[in-house]
Order: sequence, then structure tokens, then C-alpha cells
Amino acid sequence: MYTQALDSSGAEPGSPASAGEVERERRFQERIDRDEKIEPKDWMPQAYRQTLIRQIAQHAHSEIVGMLPEGNWITRAPTLRRKAVLIAKVQDEGGHGMYLYSAAETLGVSRGELIEQLLAGRAKYSSIFNYPTLTWADIGAIGWLVDGAAIMNQIPLCRCSYGPYARAMVRICKEESFHQRQGYEIMLTLARGTGAQREMAQDALNRWWWPSLMMFGPGDAESVHTAHSMRWKIKRFSNDELRQRFIDLTVPQAQFLDLAIPDPVLRWDEAAQHFITGPIDWSEFQTVLKGHGPCNRERLGARRAAHEAGRWVREAAAAYADKHRDRVGGAERHVQTV
Amino acid sequence: MNEDWVLYEVFIRARSGLEHKHVGSLHAADARMALEHARDTYTRRQEGVSIWVVRSSEIIASDPEEADALFEPARDKVYRHPTFYSIPDDVKNI
Repeated sequence: MYTQALDSSGAEPGSPASAGEVERERRFQERIDRDEKIEPKDWMPQAYRQTLIRQIAQHAHSEIVGMLPEGNWITRAPTLRRKAVLIAKVQDEGGHGMYLYSAAETLGVSRGELIEQLLAGRAKYSSIFNYPTLTWADIGAIGWLVDGAAIMNQIPLCRCSYGPYARAMVRICKEESFHQRQGYEIMLTLARGTGAQREMAQDALNRWWWPSLMMFGPGDAESVHTAHSMRWKIKRFSNDELRQRFIDLTVPQAQFLDLAIPDPVLRWDEAAQHFITGPIDWSEFQTVLKGHGPCNRERLGARRAAHEAGRWVREAAAAYADKHRDRVGGAERHVQTV
Repeated sequence: MNEDWVLYEVFIRARSGLEHKHVGSLHAADARMALEHARDTYTRRQEGVSIWVVRSSEIIASDPEEADALFEPARDKVYRHPTFYSIPDDVKNI
């Protein structure tokens, strides 16, 4: 499950229309400052609403698209145990997408609109899913690194000022912790395996390390919306803070596996008590974000095909519901009366 | 884009003896599908022993703007709580 600091475009707080509006904004900010949660029917500034719709929708899309690279390996998982685990994980991602779409809908956007934006290629999702999963070790690396980075991003969102988003994140974070552990377990098994298996694990780490660091979004100097999101308590930590925290936790985990982080200048800074990495290649990030990553077209193509292939099922279900609604008491009653 | 299916609110009873609690919402074509989706979406880890689904449009909610008028009158009635009354420590079982 995955989020990325993608808040690179969209609504800015505009100039308020009237004195009444100014007063409402002031009272809204006071509520935020008191750590009160904002609920769907509460008054909120338009820019707050738009920022949340954009962020939650991107987050939901990331969950749904995130099912693809891993779903790709369900039929080829090496054991029945691994297969059961991977199915459960992919199903979780689907569930997380559903929680998040529901949270976005409380802000006044419809599910249909959100799906339409994704399928039309107008919505963003985490750029990490535009990389291919070439070997089984990639499933380990995704769980360990990609889910690890996502958890780092998501834990502060459990305290986000918007109630429905925060509640969805609590549920997601609870379910997510197994995702990272199962990934690390795969890496551990490969790292302790044959020479070829070790090589496979190292190759996966080489390919996923940098894209995982990019999941935290552009550096703080480039991240234009951070200030507003911080003031509204949508965001609690900056991209660079979270990235550093992830690096500091993850490097020792790689050392335990006896795998090499693909960064020749990586070093421990005793004074700062941090691992310092080499520079991130942001041009690659921008390329992938703009739709030119290795799998952008394939991912959206797969989503569109699934949507089209499921159309007759949705239509049949709707027709069935219509038919039964006209009978005694409607379809609502026959299931259970409470 | 087709119109969305009906929105349902989902309530789960976590264990026998507890009340049903709101956990989220989902879209479904009818009530049976809503129950099945609720099972898949909200009880993948034995979170419940019973599910209610209610059409969201059937829920009548209080207006947040009227919260003061609704709830403020209870604010100064502290005598409705047991701690309002001081009883000497020597008196037991009260």
C-alpha cells in the first residue's frame, strides 16, 4: 500500500471572497490548531477540500494500480504459502483502494469521476508502479522497500486533520505491517539461499532502492505545497525528513541481509547520526511521472482492459437489482431484518 | 461513465455482546451485494461476527452548525455525574 508525495499541482488557497469567508477561514484554522478533526459536513476552505480530493484520489489510484506488479507474480509464486500470502496482500491493496475512494467521496466527488480520471490518464498514481517486476525477488523488494517507504509516509497520515482520511489510514496501517515483513522474509530466504538466489536478491535491491527513495517526493526545496499542507495538518513531516528516516531504518536491514545498497558514496555520518546517500536522479523521477517510465502504458492498459472486461458483470448486477427492487419490499428486505 | 451504484454505510459487530459500529461505506447494486462487499472489504481479518448495511441516503444526521444548540445545554449539568457529589471517605460502598 502506497502513497507518494505527489502534491505537485492543484489548488492553492485563493483570495477569500468576503469578510464572512475570512472569518470562517480563521475559525477553521483555529479548529485545526486545536487538533480537532474536520468531518465531511463541516465547513472547510475550497482549497483544503481540493487538496484532499487530489491527494486521497492519488493515494487510492496508487493502491489499485499497485495490485498489478504483484498480481503479475501470483501464478508463479514459488510455494503455496507464498501464493496465499501474495493473494492476501494484493487483496489488501484492493481493499485499501476502496477505503480511500470512500474517503475521497465524502468530499463531494463521485466514484465514477475518480475512476474515469484514472482510466483517462488524467490522474496521478505513485510512480513506483511504473517499474516492472522481473523476478520473484522483486516481490520481496517491493514488500520490504516499497511498502516500507509507504508505511513511513502513511503513519503520520493517521493523525491527518480530515477525519475520514485519518480513519482510513489507521485501518490501512494496521493491515499493512504484514506486507513489509513478508517482503523482508522473502529477501532473507533468498539472501541465505544459493549463489543464484543471492544474486537475484541483490539485483532486485539494485533496481528498487532509488525508486523507493523517490517515493517520498521531491526534496523540500522543490516541494511547493508542503507549507499549506503542514498548516492544515494534512501533512506532518516534510518529504526529506521522512526519506531520511526511511534510509536510517533500511540501511541496517540491508546490512543484515549482507546485500549492498547500490550507492557508492553512502556513508554513516557520526555527528549527524544519519546515513548520507549520494544524489537522487530526479530527472528519472520526472520522466516516469510524466508517463515515460518502463510500464506506464502497460499499467493503464491493464486497468482499462479490466474495467471493460468487467462491464457486463456490472450491467448484469444492476439489471438484477432493478428487477428485484420491484418485488415485495424490494431486495433490501430479504437479506436480513434488524 | 455510468452512474455510481447506491452508497451503503457499513456497521460491524466485532464480537458477540458488543454493539454494531460504523466502519465505512461502499457501493453496491443491491443489499445482498452490499453485504458481500462489506464482508470482503471490512472483515478480511475476523473483524466481525455480524454486518449491517444501510443506504447512506436513509441516515438522518444532525447539522454540525447546530452542534452548540444541541449539545451546549448539557454542558453545565455536572450534577448528572457521580463525581459531583462529595461523600466522606469513611462511607463505604457508595
